Amino acid sequence: MIQGLWLLPTLPLLGFLILSLAGRRLNKKAVAYTGTLSVGLSALFSLLVAFDFFLAAPQDYQYTQTLWEWFSAGNFSPKISLYLDSLSLIFTLVITLVGFFIHLYSTSFMKEEEGYARFFAYMNLFVGSMLVLVLSENLLFLYLGWEAVGLCSYLLIGFWYKDKANGEAAQKAFIVTRVGDTLMAIGLFLIFHSLGTLNIQEVLTRLPAEYSEGSTLPLIASLMLLGGAVGKSAQLPLQVWLPDAMAGPSPVSALIHAATMVTAGVYLIARTYVIFEMAPLVQTLTAVIGAATLLIAGFSALTQSDIKRVLAYSTISQIGYMFLALGIGAWTGAVFHFMTHAFFKALLFLGAGVIIINLHHEHNMFKMGGLRKSMPFTFYTFLAGAASLAALPLLTAGFYSKDTILWYAWAGEQSSSIFWIIGIIGSFITALYTFRMVFLTFYGEQKQKVYGQPGLSIKIPLAVLAVLSIIGGIANLPENFGNIQWLSHFLHHNLPETHYSHATSETLMQTISGIIVLLGILTAYQLYLKSSSFAGRFRQTSIYQYWLSGWGFDYLYRALFVNPAVWIARINKADILDYINIGIARLHARWHGIFIKTQTGKLRWYAMGIAMGAILAVGVLVFLN
Amino acid sequence: MIDIPLQTGIMLSGILFFMGFLGVLVRRNIIFMLMSVEIMLNAAGLAFVLAGSHWGEADGQVMFIFILTMAAAEVSVGLALILQLFKHFKSLDSDSFNKMRG
Repeated sequence: MIQGLWLLPTLPLLGFLILSLAGRRLNKKAVAYTGTLSVGLSALFSLLVAFDFFLAAPQDYQYTQTLWEWFSAGNFSPKISLYLDSLSLIFTLVITLVGFFIHLYSTSFMKEEEGYARFFAYMNLFVGSMLVLVLSENLLFLYLGWEAVGLCSYLLIGFWYKDKANGEAAQKAFIVTRVGDTLMAIGLFLIFHSLGTLNIQEVLTRLPAEYSEGSTLPLIASLMLLGGAVGKSAQLPLQVWLPDAMAGPSPVSALIHAATMVTAGVYLIARTYVIFEMAPLVQTLTAVIGAATLLIAGFSALTQSDIKRVLAYSTISQIGYMFLALGIGAWTGAVFHFMTHAFFKALLFLGAGVIIINLHHEHNMFKMGGLRKSMPFTFYTFLAGAASLAALPLLTAGFYSKDTILWYAWAGEQSSSIFWIIGIIGSFITALYTFRMVFLTFYGEQKQKVYGQPGLSIKIPLAVLAVLSIIGGIANLPENFGNIQWLSHFLHHNLPETHYSHATSETLMQTISGIIVLLGILTAYQLYLKSSSFAGRFRQTSIYQYWLSGWGFDYLYRALFVNPAVWIARINKADILDYINIGIARLHARWHGIFIKTQTGKLRWYAMGIAMGAILAVGVLVFLN
Repeated sequence: MIDIPLQTGIMLSGILFFMGFLGVLVRRNIIFMLMSVEIMLNAAGLAFVLAGSHWGEADGQVMFIFILTMAAAEVSVGLALILQLFKHFKSLDSDSFNKMRG
């Protein structure tokens, strides 16, 4: 079945083709079936491929399927070829399965919307491109997927394009991620220039052989790749686009801006881990960026009143954890957290979508309240996701994955205890903002009428994702508790193991982080449920405003980049450089004006012209010979 | 039979060609221009025949028959066009046809 690997990206792309070409002529039911089935079949095939991979693992846990040669230019002939190993398999499974459930959810969620076929066409294109990204064998093909998911993100953020603000949010996301993408392209040029190939495995084996650790090429190349990852994964300093990206529909936020696309940066770094290992400076920088981002985004999440913006900042913060894990060499920890994060964050976005749509597009949590009684199903599934996000000890998947990262941050060879402290502070903040959101939304008195209840096609995805957010942790239980390290062992076939520098009792560290989480939840309970005055008083402070605006990054970038660009455009309204082009055009018009006079319509003049020309030609020939 | 030197014949053909060309340039009547073109064609034909007889090859005469055929075809098309032009402009003055440009 592993030979059917090519079907995985092909099926969603086929769905995209059908929906984009014939979407207008299909009724909503046909659109829903096409859109969902294409991803569903892809998910089914990915399960079969995974089954095959587990039962009869290919040599070195690597399987390559070359489809055709893309193009050939000199020595450079990149191929359209797919590469499957443990890392890309985990990503593929998460993308297709979570993607399928989100599509199923969307069939009902988007029912009332115009552009139903357009929505599913974009979503299918996204899933196909994302699979191209994670399954690509060479960096160029990966870059194609990388850009295509960026395009889908742009199209879907601006899905309700009639509202100008949504279009602006889409443009912001596109332009900001473009900064990172440009850096990544430079990195690819650099790698190609020095190694003459973009085949990932070839690069990873040849780089250590031909360059010494810490030399310039791995340093610059990894820095550029990190730039691309930072842009895509909304990390400091390019994190500004993700909160605004919430202008898109909730399933889009769940699929693209929480579960899959924003973790493409994590995938890229894990994929090219050798380059980062050869540049320890850049790897430490990755950890520093992750640590800084998880704190900054966490504090911002504490102040938001829009439920989706809380989740957006939380996504940035959780991806910060993954970057921290990558930076300290806890490769499997990052992938594990990616997996559980995809489950619970998709669930939270889908739950938030249900709440928002049944309150007639109310985003403000302070106007919700008391939904526990009126929306019980949504409440329990949302609670499962929230508990997992807050890393509630022992029960939830989020605890195990975050604990892996914190444990490596404490005991890992490349880590220092400052990262652990930041991680612990971050997990306190995470618990605080998560349960602030839960208490504001579901507890207290009900402030609004609930207009409807979710149907079956919404309940199934919520239930499945809720179960996964709780039990997903059994994929990798810590050494002192169960010690089922299935995921780590599986990933270690293709990713290096993390070494410990000192052995502390793992149980002690887990107890500390568990207590911190419980303290965070308790604080949220005290501040937002017991005392009603705190929220109002907190809102008066200036630090609240500062955090609310995302630490002022938007103002900074407006002052540094946007306003100068606008200013230059204004003073250069006439476009000085254009005068060169206008001048060339005028010169030609003048010439033309001279020659136009010879076109008299008089036959004898033309005959004269021909004769003169002939004489001239013969004369030239005679004299030159 | 008197042997005519090649140069004399070529000169005659050149003079004929030049006269025909002059005719095309100076005459305004389109029929005369057509006739002048015919003279030019025949001048070229004469040059072919002369060259053929000089080298003792039949090619020159073959070529002349080709030119003759082509000239006949050309004249028939040319005359048909002139007929149409005359119908349209009521004139045979070639300069009056410049209204056609555009």
